[in-house]
Amino acid sequence: MQPKEIYLQLVKAFPDSPITFKEAGEEIRPGVKTAGEPFVIIPKELVLKVLEMFRLLETFSFDSLMSLTAVDFKDRIEVVYHLFSYRRLHRLTLKVYLERKDPMEMPSVEGIWKTANWLEREVYDLFGISFTGHSNLKRIMLPDDWIGYPLRKDYKEQEQYQGMETTREFPLDT
Amino acid sequence: MGDFPQSLHHNLPGNFVTTSIDSLLNWGRASSLWYLMFGTACCAIELMQAGGPRTDLDRFGSVFRATPRQSDLLIVAGTISYKMAIRVKRLYEQMPEPKYVISMGSCSNCGGLFEPGYSVLKGIDKVIPVDIYVPGCPPRPEALAEALMTLQKKIKREKFLVKKTDAA
Repeated sequence: MQPKEIYLQLVKAFPDSPITFKEAGEEIRPGVKTAGEPFVIIPKELVLKVLEMFRLLETFSFDSLMSLTAVDFKDRIEVVYHLFSYRRLHRLTLKVYLERKDPMEMPSVEGIWKTANWLEREVYDLFGISFTGHSNLKRIMLPDDWIGYPLRKDYKEQEQYQGMETTREFPLDT
Repeated sequence: MGDFPQSLHHNLPGNFVTTSIDSLLNWGRASSLWYLMFGTACCAIELMQAGGPRTDLDRFGSVFRATPRQSDLLIVAGTISYKMAIRVKRLYEQMPEPKYVISMGSCSNCGGLFEPGYSVLKGIDKVIPVDIYVPGCPPRPEALAEALMTLQKKIKREKFLVKKTDAA
């Protein structure tokens, strides 16, 4: 199925929720057009229901969560799901827009795809988005006593980490 | 079976006997620099090649040891992150004296290509004292062999029995 058809089926299943579809080449921010695949934007409340439906129903049968990442724009953080179906051989990109406020929470899809265990730990490690219902939400890459979430746009590095300085002056700067 | 008698260390005048003993000890140390097998990233491949047949580090008497307890040279080859730097310091502390450090490649000299990164240590000399820096990304195996030869020259200038003077 093409992404547009999946979107139309979604809208039929959830008629009163704001689900939008962005075609390839549409404007997503003033002056910026998407260059990649078309994607579907769903609200945060529908995440668990929609993704469960995607996994279990025969018409979709998205049995593989290829990737779960986040992108930080100035006014919002988007959580991006890339789904793929080995049975039907179709794929879909799903986005959830979150406001940038502390703390940020999302429902965890670990019950639907087991691979979300590490993917959500990575997003928590680098962006600080907590996933409710996750079995082991802690940092996966950075050391456990790291302060800050590096991939946010307003991340400021610490002055030193465990006694090691984090800056080195460039010797040609006079 | 106690310590080396402190009255002899760095305390004798420089005559023929003491300087000969010193140069014998220095020759022994410099000609058998056993290095710890430590490589983190791409420079480790060049380190392996430097131990290979073409640029042979073994002809300098340098073989690799798998444990820091038996090595007296630590060649830090590769990018060191903050997480790894704590372990490198521990390895350095486990080496017995006299020990030397060669920093191989840009990443361990100053952070290198990944210097803007948030998790990269900007140079291994923030954690352990370095004797020789080898520039390059990665340095050729011959450059590492030259670094080893420079380190050997540095070791041969050391004094053990003879009093330390201000110059050299």
